[in-house]
Amino acid sequence: MEFVPNIIGFACQWCTYAGADLAGNLRCKYPPTVKLIKVPCSGRVKPEYVMEALAGGADGVLVGGCHFGDCHYKDGNHKTKNRMDMLKKMLGDLGFDPRRFRREWISGAEGKKFAEVITDFTAELIELGPNPLKGGVK
Amino acid sequence: MADKIKVGFLLLGGCAGCEMSVVDLSEKLVDALEHIEIVFWAPTVADVKYNDLESMEDKTIDVAFIDGMVRLDEHIHMAKVMRKKAKTLIAFGVCAALGGTAGLGSLHTKEDLFQKAFKNTPTTDNPDGIYPQPSCLVDGKYDLTLPAYEDKVRTLNQIVDVDYYIGGCPPHHSHVGAAIGALVSGQLPAKGSWITNGKAVCDVCTRNPAKQGGNLARTMVDKVLRTVDGTPDADTCLLQQGYICFGPITQGDCGGSCLNVNIPCRGCGGPIPGNEDYGAQALSTIGSILKDDTVTAQLMEKYPNLAKFFYRYALPSGTLPKRM
Repeated sequence: MEFVPNIIGFACQWCTYAGADLAGNLRCKYPPTVKLIKVPCSGRVKPEYVMEALAGGADGVLVGGCHFGDCHYKDGNHKTKNRMDMLKKMLGDLGFDPRRFRREWISGAEGKKFAEVITDFTAELIELGPNPLKGGVK
Repeated sequence: MADKIKVGFLLLGGCAGCEMSVVDLSEKLVDALEHIEIVFWAPTVADVKYNDLESMEDKTIDVAFIDGMVRLDEHIHMAKVMRKKAKTLIAFGVCAALGGTAGLGSLHTKEDLFQKAFKNTPTTDNPDGIYPQPSCLVDGKYDLTLPAYEDKVRTLNQIVDVDYYIGGCPPHHSHVGAAIGALVSGQLPAKGSWITNGKAVCDVCTRNPAKQGGNLARTMVDKVLRTVDGTPDADTCLLQQGYICFGPITQGDCGGSCLNVNIPCRGCGGPIPGNEDYGAQALSTIGSILKDDTVTAQLMEKYPNLAKFFYRYALPSGTLPKRM
């Protein structure tokens, strides 16, 4: 059977989630690989959420937030950047391919970018193959 | 006195430092012995063997303290035996509670660890690469065994039910005293909780700007230093000086011992309540107080392995408990 990646996406309700909406309105085509979870702010995404998704077998995790200067809460996305950049490195230290995790800035007007990111991420994950933790942490 | 509380101590994969903390109680321990009776203390202090514990009747020990992480099949077996014999089981010290520094062994394979420990260290002479085996036949007739090495480090509660947790590497003796006091007076919290004073390290730290009446405006960490990069000022908050300290998210039963000697907190006290994954929380907290990208980049450069940095004492209890 062909491998279809399973991506968990945490999307800020003010930007990336609206961007995903717009991608739909624009009839953009992208693979049906992402399960979006709406969060109030990308700064609300704890590193645990990403790790839990990977531990539970997700092939990739995406955290989508606002561009700098656009954050509804002023500096939420700055925290996201600091945390998620460190998390990406720590996932590497824990033996994961860091490419399984992406942090992207996608505004509500960037429906096309959302579709491109998912298409690109899916292609990369197909290359990487399934998460070695499929079936849970042993 | 028939109604003395029967206490047992068992060391698994640890250094016995937690038991030294009990011994450090000195006169207080002598006083406590009026109320408690130590019925088992192995393999360190008392001259008892594992089969003495195995031959006890179930539930004869009122309170059992287990220190050290779980790495060998022997540890798993003895933890299960102790659980059967004890009414209340306490994970004593951060190794038993969260895995401890030895838990970082899970970031390496067994082969790597064995090569390092038994072959590649400069003082080891082992040209044939002979490694410990779980069983070995000597002279064709003596069947000798050693405990087998598991593929990863586990915390105590991944093996048996644990009633209480005590953090610290080792727990400060005053905290051990308070815990034993609570035990004797029967004032223990709800099962499954940590025995703690409920304060973060920052709360007990004398450097806390709130206690010094200093500038309380929120200041971000604008550079990252390691303790080898200089001597921190002895009265100022280490985070404000750029020395990354885990005080904000660690239980302060130690009274800020490390901070008192100019060393940043690395989280041996265990997580403050409401936090299940210590390392992830540490990353999150530190990430949110770094000023900008350049400081984050500096941190990642100064600490080349972030998993070992943030999970110093807690890797086996984390969401991703070993190197994948």
